[in-house]
Amino acid sequence: MQQPGFFDLMSFGPGGWGPAMLTGALVTLALALCGFAIGAVFGAVAAFAKIAGGRIARTIADIYTTVLRGIPDLLVIYLFYFGGSTVLTSIGRLFGHDGFIGLPGFATGAIAIGIVSGAQHTEVFRGAFRAVHRGEIEAAIAAGMHPFLRFRRIIAPLVLRYALPGLGNIWQIVLKESALVSVTGVVELLRQAQVGAGSERQPFTFYFAAAILYLVITSLSSITFRQAEGYFSRGVRRSR
Amino acid sequence: MSFAFFQETLLTLLPGVPLTLELAFLSTAIGAVLAVTLALMRLSGVLPLDYFARAYVFAFRGTPLLVQIFLIYYGLSQFPAVRQSVFWPVLREPFWCAIIALSLNTGAYGSEVVRGGLLSVPHGQVEAARAVGMSGLLLFRRIVLPQAIRQALPAYGTELILMVKATSLASIITLMEITGRAAKLISDTYRVIEVFVVAGAIYLIINFVLTRIILALEFWLTPHLRERPEARELPADSAGEHA
Repeated sequence: MQQPGFFDLMSFGPGGWGPAMLTGALVTLALALCGFAIGAVFGAVAAFAKIAGGRIARTIADIYTTVLRGIPDLLVIYLFYFGGSTVLTSIGRLFGHDGFIGLPGFATGAIAIGIVSGAQHTEVFRGAFRAVHRGEIEAAIAAGMHPFLRFRRIIAPLVLRYALPGLGNIWQIVLKESALVSVTGVVELLRQAQVGAGSERQPFTFYFAAAILYLVITSLSSITFRQAEGYFSRGVRRSR
Repeated sequence: MSFAFFQETLLTLLPGVPLTLELAFLSTAIGAVLAVTLALMRLSGVLPLDYFARAYVFAFRGTPLLVQIFLIYYGLSQFPAVRQSVFWPVLREPFWCAIIALSLNTGAYGSEVVRGGLLSVPHGQVEAARAVGMSGLLLFRRIVLPQAIRQALPAYGTELILMVKATSLASIITLMEITGRAAKLISDTYRVIEVFVVAGAIYLIINFVLTRIILALEFWLTPHLRERPEARELPADSAGEHA
């Protein structure tokens, strides 16, 4: 039997998997973006706790980062995939709702990725805050800025600039981690490739296509981050 | 939550520890050889070798590990040539596919670490070695590699921890290591939190012990960076020189 070739299978014409694979890539991108954003929130809170928190807040943040960096991401995804609906169902029972309440796979995946990457965000934000000159903050206090204004005008922009390279690394990790969410049945890029591989019986072709799409996304991201770094450090003298 | 269930979970998950460690150590070892080879190719100055290593690192760092595992475990069987080759008994086994994928993956990440280590060896060291007549393999083995290893060890320790975490993906291709056992137990009992706590604790302990071992190794390999022991009381006549 003559098997269809790579480009026939990945075409956009009838019977081609091109549109499906591209949609999968977009879902991957959306999943990674949501996970990254959730992680940034967790990271900002935990970094704040580590920098300015009391002993209890600091200990909680320390436990969070240590645990999340020591256990596999897949385990965390399983926890949220199986655990999320268990918790929701028992809460539902508390309010008199009988029966199973499922959590949408996309949300579960994004939250799980967010919590895992939050631990990395924490360290990046903390390191970036350390790089901010004390003089800048002192000058802001001297100019009479109250804490929130100081944070918004002085600290946040500086921290973001110093954090940008680290954030770029986390983004790449998050992108690749989003492939793990395929185990929960969310039809992102890898899951779509699995579906295609199963129905066309050409696993290599589909996983190879997925790999290429991942490569395209990661390389475009690294170009974007490099440009952003250049843009945001245009006020900094280069030591060269 | 009952204590008995925790105990039962622990007894179910612990038999997965050897497989996790086996996967992590074997693939880190193979990956390390690959990493040194790739780093040397990058630094060889031979353009085809350099480009090959660059492309390899780009491809393996730019795609998810799970895709690489699937490409090797499910993908290769697409080709009749592979199925009829002598490698098929190996490539049919999920264990070896996991080892191959993990090694190829960590080789790419490790090569950057090793390259940094090799580049950090001061040029004067190489010059001095040439001056006493060393060259080629002897120079590399005696002078460059030991210093590069010292430099690269902390980052390579991190890579080992990442590998322990990455072995959990082997559970997706049916290997029953810690995560595989945990996932099965969860779907059998629906007691997610307890199983998660036990499995997480096992991974944390493994990684904690590994970090300690790496720290000890680092301490042992860098005697010249340690603080000097307290100067001993010197005899009166030689102490006079310091005055």
